[in-house]
Amino acid sequence: MTSIADRSAPSVAVSRTTRQDLVVRAYAAAEALAIPLLALLVAAAIFGAFIAALGKSPLDLYRLIYTGAFGSWFSWQNTLLRAAPLLLVALCVALPARLGLLVIGGEGALALGGLAAAAVAAPLQGLPPALVISLMALAGMLMGALWIGGIGALRAYRGVNETISSLLLAYIAVALFNHLVEGALRDPASLNKPSTAHVGQANMIGTLPGMDVHWGLVVGVIACIAAWVLMERTSLGFAARMTGGNIRAARLQGLPVGRLIVGFCALGGAMAGLAGMIEVAAVHGRANGSLIVGYGYTGILVAFLARQNTLAVMPVAVLLGGIAAAGGLVQRRMGLPDATMLVFQGILFVVILMSETLYGRIPWLQPPLSTERTS
Amino acid sequence: MTDIGWWGVPLAVLGGAIRVSTPFLFVSLGECLTEKSGRINLGLEGTLVIGAISGYAFSYHSGSAWIGVFAAGVAGCLFGALHGWLCKFERVNDIAIGIAMMLLGTGLAFFFGKAYIQPSAPRLPAIPFGSWSSIPQLEAALEINVLFLAGIAVAVLLWWAFRATRAGLIVRMVGDSADAARAMGYSVDRIRLLSTAAGGFLAGVGGAYLSLYYPGSWNEGLSSGQGLMAIALVIFARWNPLACFGAALLFGGAGALGPALQSVGVTSGYYLFYAAPYVLTLAIIIAMSSPTRAFAGAPSELSITK
Repeated sequence: MTSIADRSAPSVAVSRTTRQDLVVRAYAAAEALAIPLLALLVAAAIFGAFIAALGKSPLDLYRLIYTGAFGSWFSWQNTLLRAAPLLLVALCVALPARLGLLVIGGEGALALGGLAAAAVAAPLQGLPPALVISLMALAGMLMGALWIGGIGALRAYRGVNETISSLLLAYIAVALFNHLVEGALRDPASLNKPSTAHVGQANMIGTLPGMDVHWGLVVGVIACIAAWVLMERTSLGFAARMTGGNIRAARLQGLPVGRLIVGFCALGGAMAGLAGMIEVAAVHGRANGSLIVGYGYTGILVAFLARQNTLAVMPVAVLLGGIAAAGGLVQRRMGLPDATMLVFQGILFVVILMSETLYGRIPWLQPPLSTERTS
Repeated sequence: MTDIGWWGVPLAVLGGAIRVSTPFLFVSLGECLTEKSGRINLGLEGTLVIGAISGYAFSYHSGSAWIGVFAAGVAGCLFGALHGWLCKFERVNDIAIGIAMMLLGTGLAFFFGKAYIQPSAPRLPAIPFGSWSSIPQLEAALEINVLFLAGIAVAVLLWWAFRATRAGLIVRMVGDSADAARAMGYSVDRIRLLSTAAGGFLAGVGGAYLSLYYPGSWNEGLSSGQGLMAIALVIFARWNPLACFGAALLFGGAGALGPALQSVGVTSGYYLFYAAPYVLTLAIIIAMSSPTRAFAGAPSELSITK
């Protein structure tokens, strides 16, 4: 696989920043912004045509999506609530992607992370909430790290294709989750919807002051920023990017390629597991089927739309969180099935991948020849 | 009814293997054809679901299950062609496009499928090969659908075509060395596009089997990763269409284990038995991978083996 890592925004190793460097980087940044925006517009146009072909008004649809996602303080909060887990599961795709791996099993890591957190909280009732919450977070992250780290280990030491193994493990994770939630970990009081025991009101993560949005959003933002610093400003991140750029060169340089792959996969998995823990400890209170609603798959789309740049993950997660939040409103007002948003996501995903071919090809987004470094 | 007790389990697994394996067979043959041309289509899961809903809808409106099967194939073919066309552009990753197509196919199928959850469409006929037997379980196990037989025929045909026909050789050449094919004057992109489209046709037919025979109705949980497992199945079968048939039977049997045990009263590990095919797939992939060499028998242009 050649091309996941080298799609990310070109990061020139700058020893001395000259004027030419700045110009080149400004053009690269403009290109990295303009092409995804263009792709978004094209996807919206195709989806609009699809809606129009069904005899509905695309303009009404987009107005509704805007209202449902960003139209009021209430919808903004709904949007941010949905963006919170997306920030973390997108990291589960974006971090391994920088090493050239296409890991798409975030859904499974999220479910099992949430389950581990709920299971840990059950026997700890009555202990100080800060301790219980920390242990829950630790359990969720550990579970996710083991799950996705295992995929990395299979890749690094056994040559198992990580895309296929992560997809298969996502199905296995969901089966394991259901097995435990309907068996050993089931709260006998949960009749209609099998669930684990409640983690305890005292152990719930609170909401941000003056909002209905929980602290998980802040955790996600911090994680995205930290991931960016790790990737772009540390030698560990540089080693990871080098592995993604050219694995043979990285090996020749003596980089511990296997350990890097396992480590960054585990880190991504830990983020997805943390997302599951936060969904349990801040929203549902229990681990049950509400955890498995496709956050992991939307997270893949977020990471690709952000081109595996963890800072760009933040606005993209809000955008896609908003589109998901507006789904209910669109469904009710326009009489469209709930899969409508899934169609939009699919079209968007295809167009985004398609747009990769445009980089370096749009003439007015390329730096003028005279500014190219000659020395 | 004769009580055969635990003997019902192997019989139900056998019957299930025949019933459940057909979609595996069609999808894996489609994937085999696509991969022989040097490209991987991870989106066949989406194609399968699209085939299932198109087959069901056309069967319902036309009154003929066979029109449904054909429509499913055409829908799958269009999906495959879209995949093949998108992948020809520079820097477009075929694996990632596959995931996107999976999402798009599922979305479209659920979108149009809402209206077809209730109505019942004409189903595909089956041939009762077991009518001589007085044991109902055996009779049920030997009730074989026509598409299963068609699948065997396609497997033999593909095996022969890869070995002995000009078209088969061209596909194999494109999959093993695009440079050689270009030097001979063949358009690599066009041959891959045609192979992906034909593979999509087969996967679509596999989907029609799901909605028109077994389980035989349309709902959103109809396909649960069969399209994906078929990719592992092709690796297991070492890109040999005849081996795909054996592998499909094995996977079908694994998938039938859960329901078979349930029918004799074992219900405890239901979800774990349900996961058996995925675990089997993963185990096979792990066993066949190696950190130092590509899969045995793999077309050398294939991106997952590089």
